[in-house]
Amino acid sequence: MNIVTFNNVSKIYQMGQVEVAALRDVTFAIPQGAFTALIGPSGSGKTTALNLIGCLDSPTRGEVTVAGQAVSLLGRRSGADFRGRHLGFVFQDFNLLPVLTVYENVEYPLLMIRDQPKAQRRPAVERVLAAVGMADQARKYPGQLSGGQKQRVAVARALVGTPELVLADEPTANLDSGTAFMVISLMKQMRDAFGTTFVFSTHDPRIMEQAELTFRMVDGHLADTGVDSSGQGAS
Amino acid sequence: MKILRLAFKNLLRYKRRTLLTGLLIAVGVVAVIVFVGLSDAFKRAITGQITDSMLSHVQVHRKGYTASIDNLPLDRMLSAKAYGKLGDILGADPAVEAFSPRIRFGAMLSNYAQTTNVRLNGVDPAKEEAAAPLLAERIKDRTRTDAILAPGEVVLPEILAKGMALKAGDTVVLVANNKDGSVNGMTFIVAGMVESLMGPGGRDGYLHIDDARALLRMTETEISEVAVRIKDPQDVDMVAGRLQETLASMKNQAGQPMFEVHSWKQLSPFFNVVRMIDLMTLGVQTILIAVVLISVLNVMMMSVYERVREIGTLAAMGTRPGRIMGLFVAEGFSLGLVSALGGAIIGTGALWILNFSGVEVAFGGAGQVFTLAPAVSVGQVVSAALIVVGISVLASLQPAAKASRLAPVDALRHI
Repeated sequence: MNIVTFNNVSKIYQMGQVEVAALRDVTFAIPQGAFTALIGPSGSGKTTALNLIGCLDSPTRGEVTVAGQAVSLLGRRSGADFRGRHLGFVFQDFNLLPVLTVYENVEYPLLMIRDQPKAQRRPAVERVLAAVGMADQARKYPGQLSGGQKQRVAVARALVGTPELVLADEPTANLDSGTAFMVISLMKQMRDAFGTTFVFSTHDPRIMEQAELTFRMVDGHLADTGVDSSGQGAS
Repeated sequence: MKILRLAFKNLLRYKRRTLLTGLLIAVGVVAVIVFVGLSDAFKRAITGQITDSMLSHVQVHRKGYTASIDNLPLDRMLSAKAYGKLGDILGADPAVEAFSPRIRFGAMLSNYAQTTNVRLNGVDPAKEEAAAPLLAERIKDRTRTDAILAPGEVVLPEILAKGMALKAGDTVVLVANNKDGSVNGMTFIVAGMVESLMGPGGRDGYLHIDDARALLRMTETEISEVAVRIKDPQDVDMVAGRLQETLASMKNQAGQPMFEVHSWKQLSPFFNVVRMIDLMTLGVQTILIAVVLISVLNVMMMSVYERVREIGTLAAMGTRPGRIMGLFVAEGFSLGLVSALGGAIIGTGALWILNFSGVEVAFGGAGQVFTLAPAVSVGQVVSAALIVVGISVLASLQPAAKASRLAPVDALRHI
């Protein structure tokens, strides 16, 4: 079963008098549970594709379906609700809230988006913090953490609501190679532990190797699709 | 609650800016509370002085008297019958504490060496003291303690007595024009000197009402005015209105109303000062509103601008636009609330210190000094705090709305 499908999706930006096509008639599908990478050079359309999957943007043409929902026409509020229920995000710059502790950052989606009671929040937060190895850092603030630790917290925050899909835009770009590899490994472990589909963008060849399914983007086109030896993936 | 908690944390993110803005707002609240406390105390002191030692709260005259009140006309007096009816009405009114009939007239005062003009009130001492209880305090060098004066005595304006080198116990002659134009004179003993006060009647002398009647050769009792003291000064307008309504039905032979009723506000020029003070209070409150509006708007706009990426992150994670707006409004609310509470506590404390140390204010040209007792009611403090909180929320709305309308994809790209 596919969790994401792109059907002839184009995204064109108007830059003054000039039209810039970020995506051109892209069609692909991502099966549930796949550890997927969107790869390609800068400007190839990876981030645009991730934004469309994440309901942060809408396509100019074509249809995007995520978790069985056509997301192209979702409004601001329904889009927010959809993201809060089905998606998790990991950002290149971690984007943790600096005024909240590690625990509070991870708790945020359950507290402020899902309005869960404390009795439900606490075990969920503790579980993901333990899973990413940050349980002992729960009281620290983001400013007291290393880059790798911040990204672990960001992964925990993305996973705490048990979303079906986690989107990560260049999650390792601001990390040294050792830490980057560790974060990708962690994401893969989390996929195994929680059954969550991960889709991330990268242009780092060593990180690409970790993906089970890759979509190579070039100039807004889908250049090719790769499936690793494990046999997972489709399209 | 969770939104407020997050709002407090965000405010503490920029401690110095929050502290400075909060201080600015708190200083504004302190200024309002101290100003309101002082100005109210000043109004109370002066109003009390004017009503309690001179005008009383309400005055009733024969219709048309006040139009020529400066001439102290003897041909526009209340007849004995009219005063009798009025007395019955006032006596039956539960809001009336006391009333005092007065015969007001102008006379010539002579110390046998010099002669000058003097304005006089013929009063019943007991009734006058009940209607104007602070009058006795204004009289210096009193010769008796049981009453302000007795028949055969006169209390002279201090400024006039000084000019004529008169002192208590001296004999003077008062010469007055009667209603029919004839002149009459009588000797009196000076029973004291009354301090001057600003406003109508502030430089008048006093004598016994029976002496006034005799000096003016009145064949029957006629009254210039009746001073009425109200139990609760706050009810002045209500009682004056009610009295006016009751007396309006009493007509003279020509079918015209017999009486006219005025509160001290209509008689004393100080009421204009009171209104000016109220306007100034409004001005100070307006300045406070402007300070809060500009400060909070500035802080919240800066806050939104500096946190565009963060707003994008919140939105991307699924935070609804309304909740994002609520987060920023809560920040403005929290800033206003804490500043208002701080300002209210400091302002109330400052008033307490002023009250403890005493604030002396000279009023009028008579060298009178009042020690003010500045105080504010809980309602005034709460209203100042509510204004601040309300304006803070109002000032936060625009930046908060802007934050909630940010497109996540654009906000996340913001550098």
